[in-house]
Amino acid sequence: MKWPALKLSPFWLCAAAIAVLGIAVTIFDLFNINTFIFFAGYVVLQYVVLATAWNIMGGYMGYVNFGTAGFFAVGAYASVVLYNLFQAPLALMIPFAGVVCALLGLAMGYLTLRLRGVFFAIATLAMAIVLETLIINWEFVGGATGAYILRSREQAPFGDYIEFLFFVMLLLAIFAVSVARWLELSRTGRGFIAIRDDEIAAECAGVPTLRLKLIATTVSGFLMGVAGAPFALYVSFIEPSSAFNLIYAVNAIAMPMIGGATTWLGPVIGALLLGTVQQVATVTISSELNLLIVGIVLVFFVIVAPEGIVGLLKKWLGGRRDDR
Amino acid sequence: MTADALLDVRAVTKRFGGFTALDQVDMEVRAGERFGLIGPNGSGKTTMINCISGTLANEGGEIVFKGVKLDGKKPHQRTRLGIARSFQIPKPFRSLTVLENLGIALEFATGTSRSEVQERGMAILETIGLAERARANAGSLTQIDMRKLELARAMATQPELLISDEAMAGLSSTEVDDILDILFKLNEGGITIIMIEHIMRAVMRFSTRIVVLDAGRKIAEGNPDEIVNDPEVERAYLGE
Ligand SMILES: Nc1ncnc2c1ncn2[C@@H]1O[C@H](COP(=O)(O)OP(=O)(O)OP(=O)(O)O)[C@@H](O)[C@H]1O
Ligand SMILES: [Mg+2]
Repeated sequence: MKWPALKLSPFWLCAAAIAVLGIAVTIFDLFNINTFIFFAGYVVLQYVVLATAWNIMGGYMGYVNFGTAGFFAVGAYASVVLYNLFQAPLALMIPFAGVVCALLGLAMGYLTLRLRGVFFAIATLAMAIVLETLIINWEFVGGATGAYILRSREQAPFGDYIEFLFFVMLLLAIFAVSVARWLELSRTGRGFIAIRDDEIAAECAGVPTLRLKLIATTVSGFLMGVAGAPFALYVSFIEPSSAFNLIYAVNAIAMPMIGGATTWLGPVIGALLLGTVQQVATVTISSELNLLIVGIVLVFFVIVAPEGIVGLLKKWLGGRRDDR
Repeated sequence: MTADALLDVRAVTKRFGGFTALDQVDMEVRAGERFGLIGPNGSGKTTMINCISGTLANEGGEIVFKGVKLDGKKPHQRTRLGIARSFQIPKPFRSLTVLENLGIALEFATGTSRSEVQERGMAILETIGLAERARANAGSLTQIDMRKLELARAMATQPELLISDEAMAGLSSTEVDDILDILFKLNEGGITIIMIEHIMRAVMRFSTRIVVLDAGRKIAEGNPDEIVNDPEVERAYLGE
């Protein structure tokens, strides 16, 4: 008889270690980290989720979604709805926002996936604009003026509420990356790549392309929704122009491209790097700079490392396969 | 329709805007047959393949495979029913290796488990003569190897009907013979083959029966001898 070997892959070991570290710094205040770091760290982790979610469609499957801000905002506003209805707890907001955005992703898939390339990108952008208009005209969630969400100042055992939100976002990031990695290693993930390379050839090789595309838009939408779910609690005051900010869409595209869009690691690296740079710039200079930073970094990477940082690393480590 | 018809194309019509690419074409392919489909450039051969494989929808007529009407069936469903095709302009999955290209077909069309992909994929690559390139990026292949990959990937779907759309264009005469050998071998293994080819020597040697298209219409049908001596075919190829 064989032992049910307790074989944990390096990935899961890392994920567990990061989660434990998260508990250590939030609950036990290890390292005595300044609250501001959690404030900024939350945003960076939120981008890990968004970039990872975007990459499922954009990186694996080659469908560029320009509507990330729309999904993110709908996730955020789904939480506002629950809050306004019965002051729902965050634990309920997150799955609800996820499901709403998964359905939104599914609908978007049905409506737009016959479009390809730039037409698809434009359609997703248009969808985000339509959604913003809807929210602006929906008084229940505050309309154009926005809505306040009262949150407690503290959350035991985390101390400051922001530390709690940071920890939640850390778990969401681990979750999102795990889902993306699982997809990537599955048959479905290999089907995504076939679609990206040649959709007609994929169909003729037996790949149910429509179904796979709908899986991708749904999962991607779900993850974007959960990223937005705690947003209103994080900012306390939510308005359409901040929730639908174009920077979400731009970053969600730029981060995977910088990190490397073909693996789950790429968006993580891209989000950590670009997200951190942007947070530092926001504090030291101005948040107005963020778009400019993305632009410059992106141009640099497109020219110097079109396959992103992961692509560069692979080349340096010599693990390239024979492609003569 | 005869009892042993594997594929029955009935009065299929395909238009692109006002242009009729296929005009009421009938065609019947029997199980185990080596079938040739020829015609001048632009006569509608690839369009016919697109209608059979489902990448285009025909406006008129119907296509029946193994007694199943194909109308409304997606290409991947037709693939799983046993229809495989190669593409005249190769469409490899460029970011995957040659073996991984076959893996897509093996996993999705035949439900081969991941652990068996290696073995079964390599077996196919051996037959096609592409085994040494198994780990090469598909995008880096030469034209000839890309055509072989087209055939190999089609084979990986375990078809009953294999449609080869100009797999030999641009190949040297020994390479043409190589591919012919492969196709003969596959046919002996029980696979019905439709060959589209401009290289007359190859089609005539290979086919037991031939259909000739010209400007979207079927102008002749018969065995190679009949086709060679058909005045209408001669006119279509040489012009008047
Ligand atoms: N998607 C399309 N849209 C418009 N016209 C098309 C399309 N596909 C094919 N055609 C036209 O239909 C006709 C038949 O094309 P088809 O590719 O079937 O010819 P073919 O017999 O395969 O020719 P060849 O021997 O050059 O491959 C041509 O006139 C072509 O221009
Ligand atoms: Mg053709």
